[in-house]
Amino acid sequence: MENKKTELKVSALENGTVIDHIPTGHVLQVMRILNLENFEDQIYFGANLDSKKYGKKGLIKVSNRFFEDLEINKISLVAPTATLIEIRNFDVTKKSGVTIPDTVEGFAKCINPKCITNHQKVATKFYVTDKDDLKMKCHYCEKITKKNDVEFL
Amino acid sequence: MKNRSLISINDYSKEEILHILKIAEEFEANPRQKILENHVIASLFFEPSTRTRLSFESAIMQLGGKVIGFTDASSSSVKKGESLRDTIETISLYSDLIVMRHPLEGSSRFASELNDTPVINAGDGANQHPTQCLLDLYSIMQTQNTLDGLDIALVGDLKYGRTVHSLVIALSMFKNTRFHLVSPFELKLPRSIKDFIIANGHTYEQYTDISQVIEKTDILYMTRIQQERFADQLEYERVKNSYILENSMLENSRDNLRILHPMPRVNEIDENVDTNEKAHYFQQAQNGVFVRQALLASILGLR
Ligand SMILES: [Zn+2]
Repeated sequence: MENKKTELKVSALENGTVIDHIPTGHVLQVMRILNLENFEDQIYFGANLDSKKYGKKGLIKVSNRFFEDLEINKISLVAPTATLIEIRNFDVTKKSGVTIPDTVEGFAKCINPKCITNHQKVATKFYVTDKDDLKMKCHYCEKITKKNDVEFL
Repeated sequence: MKNRSLISINDYSKEEILHILKIAEEFEANPRQKILENHVIASLFFEPSTRTRLSFESAIMQLGGKVIGFTDASSSSVKKGESLRDTIETISLYSDLIVMRHPLEGSSRFASELNDTPVINAGDGANQHPTQCLLDLYSIMQTQNTLDGLDIALVGDLKYGRTVHSLVIALSMFKNTRFHLVSPFELKLPRSIKDFIIANGHTYEQYTDISQVIEKTDILYMTRIQQERFADQLEYERVKNSYILENSMLENSRDNLRILHPMPRVNEIDENVDTNEKAHYFQQAQNGVFVRQALLASILGLR
């Protein structure tokens, strides 16, 4: 029953993207990272949905919006399990996962309180040094920010 | 290396480092050459550091260059809330090269990417101080005639000491360094840097007693142990006198042993060491001028 409802919602999308399997609790964060808060077309989102694979999950459906890899990979830091489903004319045209990018620019915060990026208007930039157990090295202060410390701007 | 900023010692390859050291030899032989007569260098000290500033300014002036700038942020527009971006963008228009020290980490990297004016990092918080590293390498080369296959003893605060970390990383570019790490238990070299030593094919041993290394090292690099680094003040009281070098301790050391210190010292090298021919820390400070001259000449395309 639950499954059928989800399917119905998905199929109701004529053109757009479904972002599925978002760790529950990170849906709003994903919306913020993708700058969907100011998006003007229809968006559906849900949290605490039942998932066979993960127990609970979050899901976002965006009408008439498709994402470039570079853009979507930003969410991999908080939602590495996310699946992307592109829909055109009610048909699924592409399904893909997300991969952690080599560089992370402009949306994550440096852990170092003495870093220039935490004091002046300087966009953050990190080099990902470990993708399995996320570690990012700040381009400016050279300190490492780890997965559990990642905060988003 | 024309127009290239120096922000972190890792910005330069081994060959580039050796190139700078080579040019520094020329300035050691002849430090007064008027090659910067037509140049204006900005010296921006957003926090005071008298030694580093005077060393840079001496380097510039001995080469005939002019210096503009400030010696601490309180005497500049920074105090009125000007952003670092605006300060750098403006001063770039007045100068050929910027030397800067700033308390925030990453500030020099940021400044170096704003426009084409090259920046030399004279210290950004606890992050990098690459000219200190170059002068340390120069002093080792000057006294040992090589940077390969040396026994290097590092003594004191190896945990927080930025100078020590940079030196280890730079020496790891060379061959077969044997590091002898002498520190109180609380101030040992971080694991990540020890892993770096091994990953680059070098070796290290750890000690808590300075006398264990004096007879088997080529370089004795002393650093200050600061009281505030200790969580346990009793521990500080217990160890503070065991990291002091006295002249009598050097009796059975190697003939080629030289003692270095980034200065200023407090009491970790007794003054009775100063007249020993193995004391090299004042020469080391002077080397800072030659190395900075070499950098300026190289970045301005004059060497
Ligand atoms: Zn940073």
